[in-house]
Amino acid sequence: MSLHDLEKTFQDKIDKEIKIEPKDWMPEAYRKTNLRQISQHAHSEIVGMLPEGNWITRAPSLKRKAILIAKVQDEAGHGLYLYSAAETLGTSREQMVEDLNSGKAKYSSIFNYPTLTWADMGAVGWLVDGAAILNQVMLCRTSYGPYARAMVRICKEESFHQRQGFETLLVLSKGTKEQKAMCQDAINRWWWPSLMMFGPKDSESTNSDQSIKWKIKRKTNDELRQQFVDMITEQIKLLGMTLPDESIRWNKQRNHYDFGEINWDEFWSVVKGNGPCNKQRLEAKNKDHQEGLWVRKAALAYAEKKRLRVTVKVA
Amino acid sequence: MNQHQQINESIKCLIDQTLHLADTCLILGQRNSEWCAHGPILEQDIAITNITLDLIGQARNFYQYAAKLLVEYEQKQATEDTLAYLRTEREFKNLLICELPNGDWANTILRQFFFSTFQVLLFEEMSHSKDAQLSAIAIKSIKETNYHVKWSSEWVIRLGDGTAESKERMINAVDNLWMYTGEFFIPAKYETIDVVLLKEKWLQKVKEVFDEATLIIPDKGFMQSGGKLGAHTEHLGFILSELQYLQRVHPGAEW
Repeated sequence: MSLHDLEKTFQDKIDKEIKIEPKDWMPEAYRKTNLRQISQHAHSEIVGMLPEGNWITRAPSLKRKAILIAKVQDEAGHGLYLYSAAETLGTSREQMVEDLNSGKAKYSSIFNYPTLTWADMGAVGWLVDGAAILNQVMLCRTSYGPYARAMVRICKEESFHQRQGFETLLVLSKGTKEQKAMCQDAINRWWWPSLMMFGPKDSESTNSDQSIKWKIKRKTNDELRQQFVDMITEQIKLLGMTLPDESIRWNKQRNHYDFGEINWDEFWSVVKGNGPCNKQRLEAKNKDHQEGLWVRKAALAYAEKKRLRVTVKVA
Repeated sequence: MNQHQQINESIKCLIDQTLHLADTCLILGQRNSEWCAHGPILEQDIAITNITLDLIGQARNFYQYAAKLLVEYEQKQATEDTLAYLRTEREFKNLLICELPNGDWANTILRQFFFSTFQVLLFEEMSHSKDAQLSAIAIKSIKETNYHVKWSSEWVIRLGDGTAESKERMINAVDNLWMYTGEFFIPAKYETIDVVLLKEKWLQKVKEVFDEATLIIPDKGFMQSGGKLGAHTEHLGFILSELQYLQRVHPGAEW
């Protein structure tokens, strides 16, 4: 088959909603885009464990402690499925981890913001996981089979996390004066970075058109962002809190909420490495990786010894 | 002692015993939770976090029971959280080994192995307890604790018989931890389970695993104790400062 025919067959499958599987022919750019996106997604789950892990030892009740630990553990599990999905595209997990640790690979910039108070555990769950879910629900129908299947499982757990986050804030919103202030402060700090999670505006986004044609994405950044604003603006009413954007109001013509302009300078600055925690997150990942090196070596050495002993016995 | 005093005394012992069990699980869970997001490899991060969750679950069962006893028999206001978050250093009755810093992975998994091996034996005894609630918690916990023994003993073997470096680290860990294992078998007045009887079986299991790990059990040496009675290492104060911080800063708040 000529390249042209291969490409046509490939696009036909996508148009007919048939999933692309690891052994199928695919354009190099499709493979690369998926690999980049899935590995970034995996890295985000892994780096995302740090800001939440930050509050495990200080969680304010035993129940909250258990919930938070289970949540961070879920993120580790998501990282595992996603690395496995990415490996089907021909890059090893070791290589991906190395790219993360060297700073070559990106992860979601949201995790370069600090978790300053307990209320951040609620705000991260509600806003950050809430934003992530909108993206992930869409990805359950993405065209690359292993990614779509990983997403189905991940979405179930993420929507649970979002409810837990909201419930954490709900308790604070009904609590003492200090707890209410803590709740509002966390929402103020996490709102704009959450909106940035959907990425650049459609007019500035370089990958969008091709990704939509290949059904890697099914909605644009701006569509998802709007969906998020509409959802959160309703949900926050139940908390009796406010969003830090005075221009939010219902637009009858559009049937959506209008909202203010994102500070894109801040967005690009954090992407380029200047967020409050970029350096700290990468240092933590590198330190843990280095300190675990002797453990991984020992595990391999032992497995090899055991294999040889079995071989000798069999011989 | 009249009959009434005797009943009071035995309830007091039961409460202390339950708090000792709860504190021990909580403090080790708290220590292990420091590994969450920092494990040497993703799969093992998940595994130790599972153990952490089991320990915190066990702690909650014991604290809830202790709280119930305190409310019923001593007319005190108590919940699992007041017991975990509002008692002080000298009131905590956890085993010393639980509060020691994690150290490296060798130290962490060896402590888990020593502790879980003991805990299984303890829960087996406790499952026959006359106290229905302690017996029920023990039965519920044995299955997960058996997994902790399996997981940690595999690591002891893997690291003991792995590389020269891992072996050296395991020898150091044995050196660090051995003197905190004696406390398992020193009975406190409030203990209703005869922990002295568990020692032989514990040693036997440790020896079995150490043999396979090519590690040596130290000669008899001095054993530290005191945790069961509230005399701790300097580490506990810091653990509680962190653990209790929010409850202390916001007294009476709901979370």
